[in-house]
Amino acid sequence: MAFLYALPGAVAEGLIWGLMAIGVYISYKILDIADLTVDGSICTGGCVCAVLISHGVPVWVSVLVSFIAGMLTGVITGLLHTALGIPAILAGILTQLMLYSINLSILGSKSLIAIDPRANNLLVHMSDNIRSIIVAGGLIVAVIILLWLFFYTEVGLTLKSTGDNPDMSRAQGINVKLNKVIGLAIANGIVAFAGALLAQYKGSANINDGRGAIVIGLAAIFIGLSVSLRIKPNFVVSLIGVIGGGITYYIVYNFVVLLGLKTDFLKMLSAIIVTIFLAVPYIKSEYFSKPKELPAEVNGGDSDA
Amino acid sequence: MLKINNLHKTFNAGTINAKTALNGLDLTLNDGDFVTVIGGNGAGKSTMLNAIAGVWKPDFGSIEIDGVDATNMPEHKRAAFLGRVFQDPMKGTAPDMEIAENLAIAARRGTKRKLIWGIKKDERKKYKELLATLELGLETRLSCKVGLLSGGQRQAITLLMATLRRPKLLLLDEHTAALDPKTAAKVLEITDKLVNENKLTTLMITHNMHDAIAHGNRLIMMHEGKVIVDVSGEDKKKLTISELLGLFEKASGSAFASDKVMLSK
Repeated sequence: MAFLYALPGAVAEGLIWGLMAIGVYISYKILDIADLTVDGSICTGGCVCAVLISHGVPVWVSVLVSFIAGMLTGVITGLLHTALGIPAILAGILTQLMLYSINLSILGSKSLIAIDPRANNLLVHMSDNIRSIIVAGGLIVAVIILLWLFFYTEVGLTLKSTGDNPDMSRAQGINVKLNKVIGLAIANGIVAFAGALLAQYKGSANINDGRGAIVIGLAAIFIGLSVSLRIKPNFVVSLIGVIGGGITYYIVYNFVVLLGLKTDFLKMLSAIIVTIFLAVPYIKSEYFSKPKELPAEVNGGDSDA
Repeated sequence: MLKINNLHKTFNAGTINAKTALNGLDLTLNDGDFVTVIGGNGAGKSTMLNAIAGVWKPDFGSIEIDGVDATNMPEHKRAAFLGRVFQDPMKGTAPDMEIAENLAIAARRGTKRKLIWGIKKDERKKYKELLATLELGLETRLSCKVGLLSGGQRQAITLLMATLRRPKLLLLDEHTAALDPKTAAKVLEITDKLVNENKLTTLMITHNMHDAIAHGNRLIMMHEGKVIVDVSGEDKKKLTISELLGLFEKASGSAFASDKVMLSK
């Protein structure tokens, strides 16, 4: 019963994390970069949004500015990686560390800024989960449609090929470095956008928000793709799967909390979920795979023609 | 079309692993030349192609493509002039993207890419016709992910991509070496057809002396980072393998040393 009661909240929060996971999907799956900027940029999104709202800036404007701030964090990581030749993972870590200081100064050296849900017309808030689900769901649909359109444009196709095969991309005249910066900017823009929604949902922005966000994002991606790739391996289905993954993650999370897991161990839980999803395919192929029996008569393969 | 002037490149310079790959390379290609390149292990063949493509900057010397000084031009800018096919069939195509998407990306090489639809409707029809000319049954699989195709099919698509937008210069880096003999012959046949139909200026590295003699209008042999034999016209048509080896020994003062070439003789 208590679980059913917690369900709408889990879905609402799961949707927001699913949106963040779409950002991670762009960097991790499309660009093939494990971008650790995310832990910082989601917090940046929340901090910028909370500070602007508390200064009386309209909610929509605040969210838009958060998105742009997130894009800038992606540009920083992208430039560290492409212009200064720092390995992508390290570039993300460096930006993440920079962002801790930047976020702290955005919050005015406080560790937390509260948003008053009564005084502001927030897009989402935990006091009204149904409305939050509808609004977050609508925003997600809009984001998926925009991304779907974008990744089928001339520019979008080159972004896909940049992650898929950089050698081929350069040979086809694509500026791989520039594309990585653009891709990381879009990815972190979306992450910060999700961060802005999350701060509204929780009614506050905290300097420690976002620690381990990349892991939650990856968990949502793995859970989602394990289902959606079986249905249809295309872009939109994958993104919907990622959103589903985010929701599933938060339902499991709430369930485990209700079972009595100490909240201290929640990050441990995230890490274990991701570990399982990363390890299972490997364990399967390494320890449990047997060569398949060949059919009695093998048809002459002309696939090599 | 192509003018390489006194090109030098040493890898790992100043270390114990220093390797001089290009040592004062001079080469001029005329418009429409189809040049086969042959040479021993470490002669600098691939290094020459990579230098033309701009994979890295040379230590010294200059490269001019179609009258434009390309020496300091980044790789993705030079791509506007070049069609490239690599030795590794996996390198020339994006595996997780559809055949049509790969072709559409290649069709826009050297143009400014915009925020407009990436593949136009009539393009698909054109790609279908082009794929049909390969005779590999790919014309019905436009939406198929390239990663699901065989090495030979991928190499044929890479060739198509390299020539879809007419390049000033086509660079083929042992593009049949990783394929089985039957597939290699088919890909070479497609190569000949594309080069002749479009009258492309071409540099083709091969380790097969037969192919080097049978294809193209000019043959160059490289040794220690330089061109040491350059045969063209009637002389090339009459060339035999033993004459070729003799030319090499005379020019280099050593026996021809390449396991791959010897094995495929």
